[in-house]
Amino acid sequence: MPVMMPRLKTTSWMDLPTRAAAGWVLLMVVAALVAAHIAPYDITAIDLRHRLAPPVGFGGTMLHILGTDDLGRDVASRLIYSIRTSLLVAFGATAISVFVGTAIGFTAAYFGRLVEHVLLLMIDVQASLPFLIVALAMLAFLGNSLPLFVTLMGLYGWERNARLARGLAIAAGAQGYASATRQLGAHPLRVYVRHILPNSVATLLVAATVTFPEIVLVESGLSFLGLGVQPPMSSLGVMVAAGREYITRAPWMLLAPSLVIVLTAVAVSVLGDWLRDQLDPTLK
Amino acid sequence: MTATIIGFVGPKVLRAALSILVVVTLTFVVLRASGDPALQILGPSARAADLEAFRRHWGLDQPLSLQYLRYIQAAFHGDFGNSMLGGKPALDIVLERVPLTLALMIPSLILTMLIGIPVGAYAAMHRDSWVDRSVMMLTVLGFTVPSFVLGLLLILIFSVTLGLFPSGGADRAAGFVLPVLTLGIGGAAIIARFTRSAMIEVLSQLYVVAASAKGVTWRQVVRQHALPNAIIPVLTLFGLMLGGQVAGAVLVENVFGWPGIGQLLVVSVANRDHAVVQVILLLVTLTMTSANLLMDLLYGVFDPRLRASSAGSH
Amino acid sequence: MTLLRLESVSRRFPVGSSILGSRKYLAAVDGVSLNVEAGQTTGIVGESGCGKSTTGRIALGLDSPDSGRVLFQGSLLPRIGSKEWRSQRRQMQLVFQDTLGALDRRMTVDALIAEPLEIHAVGDAASRRQRVWELLQAVGLGDDQHMLYPHQLSGGQRQRVVLARALAPKPSLLVCDEPVSALDVSVQAQIINLLVDLQRELGLGILFISHDLRIVRHVSDRIVVMYLGRVVEQGRADVIIDHPAHPYTQALVSAMPRLPGGFDQYVPLSGEPPSATDRPSGCPFNSRCPVAQDICRQSLPELLPLDSKREVACHRVRDR
Ligand SMILES: Nc1ncnc2c1ncn2[C@@H]1O[C@H](COP(=O)(O)OP(=O)(O)O)[C@@H](O)[C@H]1O
Ligand code: SF4
Ligand SMILES: [Mg+2]
Repeated sequence: MPVMMPRLKTTSWMDLPTRAAAGWVLLMVVAALVAAHIAPYDITAIDLRHRLAPPVGFGGTMLHILGTDDLGRDVASRLIYSIRTSLLVAFGATAISVFVGTAIGFTAAYFGRLVEHVLLLMIDVQASLPFLIVALAMLAFLGNSLPLFVTLMGLYGWERNARLARGLAIAAGAQGYASATRQLGAHPLRVYVRHILPNSVATLLVAATVTFPEIVLVESGLSFLGLGVQPPMSSLGVMVAAGREYITRAPWMLLAPSLVIVLTAVAVSVLGDWLRDQLDPTLK
Repeated sequence: MTATIIGFVGPKVLRAALSILVVVTLTFVVLRASGDPALQILGPSARAADLEAFRRHWGLDQPLSLQYLRYIQAAFHGDFGNSMLGGKPALDIVLERVPLTLALMIPSLILTMLIGIPVGAYAAMHRDSWVDRSVMMLTVLGFTVPSFVLGLLLILIFSVTLGLFPSGGADRAAGFVLPVLTLGIGGAAIIARFTRSAMIEVLSQLYVVAASAKGVTWRQVVRQHALPNAIIPVLTLFGLMLGGQVAGAVLVENVFGWPGIGQLLVVSVANRDHAVVQVILLLVTLTMTSANLLMDLLYGVFDPRLRASSAGSH
Repeated sequence: MTLLRLESVSRRFPVGSSILGSRKYLAAVDGVSLNVEAGQTTGIVGESGCGKSTTGRIALGLDSPDSGRVLFQGSLLPRIGSKEWRSQRRQMQLVFQDTLGALDRRMTVDALIAEPLEIHAVGDAASRRQRVWELLQAVGLGDDQHMLYPHQLSGGQRQRVVLARALAPKPSLLVCDEPVSALDVSVQAQIINLLVDLQRELGLGILFISHDLRIVRHVSDRIVVMYLGRVVEQGRADVIIDHPAHPYTQALVSAMPRLPGGFDQYVPLSGEPPSATDRPSGCPFNSRCPVAQDICRQSLPELLPLDSKREVACHRVRDR
């Protein structure tokens, strides 16, 4: 395989905040992967004798480390499964967003002329509208199901990725290796798949680290509104919405998932900044 | 001169109009692709005669191209039919809620500016100081704490724990303090970051000016040149930020039980009240498109060089 | 046998477009005719911006002329991007100046050289490996370089890779656009000698483009001198170098190190060429020509045969 992964500079290593961020993200990913093994309870396991039990350190017992909710369900267990759902949705959606955006951006750059103008107009329209409103309208028109919801979340940021991919393709053309390969007699598709795409992967991955935490936020927002992930599945937004009813009596129901949302979003964006710094564009 | 102005304004207006057409068209396509509107709107329990009447009334028995034209025509008049709930025209229902949403958004946008610009400017002028660094750290939080979480935290602190403000409701003046604060803080973080980087750029250019202009203090240079120049990009950002504020308003209204458009939207989506959702979508599209157009034009007014070059290149 | 033939080829580019005002054009190439014979080299020389690269791109079929024709082996070039065009690329190849930009930095030397063979589905994997090996030898790249990446090579080595890539599909025409201008003088000589040797071995027709007459002279059988998009003199290389007839050619030749027995009259060339957007009326060279007269500002001199060995575009060529 002639294609290499983006090279990382070997000289600099992560500073403390980046290491903390990486640690947190790793923790979240591991929690999501092995949720079934580490969650102490089933997410629907009701324990009516211990309803609204506080977390350890606030008068609670080791039985329910992060306390319980209004039905006596274990908050820690629900949290772990919610992380899993939120990350899975965001992961799938980010993949869709980068894929669709790249395809559209390359298409615009390749065809140029009218095709490019039309696609650029679509990109501008999407960029000028708040995504949440568009998503809500689509949910109203199309109804909700998990696959549809993930696809819909995959529309988040497609316009940004498309702009980026178009820019990368145009830059590659200007750089010479793309036109050099084309003049060898290569089919344009080959030029895109074998040259421009591999040369763009690093940048597109960095863009994905920007898209990912934003999708986590949008997903949790929609789920909070009751229009995203539907019960019996739980996501971080669903938990926040449930906790809101008990904000006075059991604030942990609200605080635990909120904290996870905030920390994850901050950590991923810190990590994204680091990654961006590490990708050495000149490959010296 | 007039030719230049038309050359500058014309394409932008055309683009704005095209954007709106794209949204209306896509709405039509999605709605038609998602199934029989009569069945969806009247529900599966509707009588056949009602369905028939509905289809005839909305021209659904006509060819698709004609339906499309009628749809555009209706959209142009804001006529999307009646809301399923209450049966009033959807447009009226939405317009009723507009003042309430504006009552949140306008103060919060002002708050955004009042906090964001001075903080960003101060951070830029004391670059790399501890103040600058803490401001930057705080703005990251401002970016990443979603408004519904922030709103709930404010309720927890100011309303549940301290008992200072009510946790919502549009019936009391104090009820709007927390929602406005929630919306304003997130926006302020963005504005502060942006002002800071715009200021730093302008300042670095100004060192040259200041070095050559004798007898003028640094403070005067900043006041006369840096701030006005830095405000131009901040102004355009404002147009972009509006979108975030609209989305934020939807969440915040639902956190605080504020009966504006955002709450109406969520209820309508949950009930799949197509008419109301379409009106809101179009309203947001119109608002965003005109805001962007306005910012574009203002940018041209503030920066004549841009006007000249953009008229020349398109 | 004539391999490539350009017949009064012109190409103009729009400059400073505007929706209201009328478009201005820049005539990059204006009525250029030239031939490349099989197994021989035609050199194009002229100052930067005179339209050499544009002529080269049109000759290769990478750009199409606004008017005029390009004939390769007697037939017109296919439409750019078409299937026929793509398969014809095997026949005609380009060697660039910017070797770092022209090579995908994520590919190793042998993958780069194998790529044209893959594109045109030449042979099977084993025979392609064999061919890559031969090509590495032919361009003088060693055993230890074939697994390196472009940025790990020197400029001269990269130019050898570009050359090997161009030669891989066994073309009959090579267009070399400033192939050595980015290299050190000592390396220039190596690459030029390699090119000359390869041409002799493979019988290639070459269109060799350079702003440097010394290099063009060294490789060319025929020389075409361009000024502001037009051919001002062309003919047999030895004649052009030893007895330049056009004042511009004379200036170029006299700026070269003196050759014993050659043209030794010193004609200084002052200033820069005028911009291609506002070409002077009449002879394009009149603003810098030491012997210009009124007629030179009024009418454009045609390219006419001076003797059996060359053509010159100058009103005063017979006066002197
Ligand atoms: N794609 C293009 N668009 C506009 N102008 C061009 C383009 N390519 C070349 N030119 C112009 O045409 C003229 C000739 O360029 P070129 O053929 O590259 O000259 P040379 O190779 O002799 O330096 C120059 O003035 C150049 O600016
Ligand atoms: S035509 Fe006149 S200006 Fe042109 S080269 Fe000849 S003498 Fe000089
Ligand atoms: Mg050139």
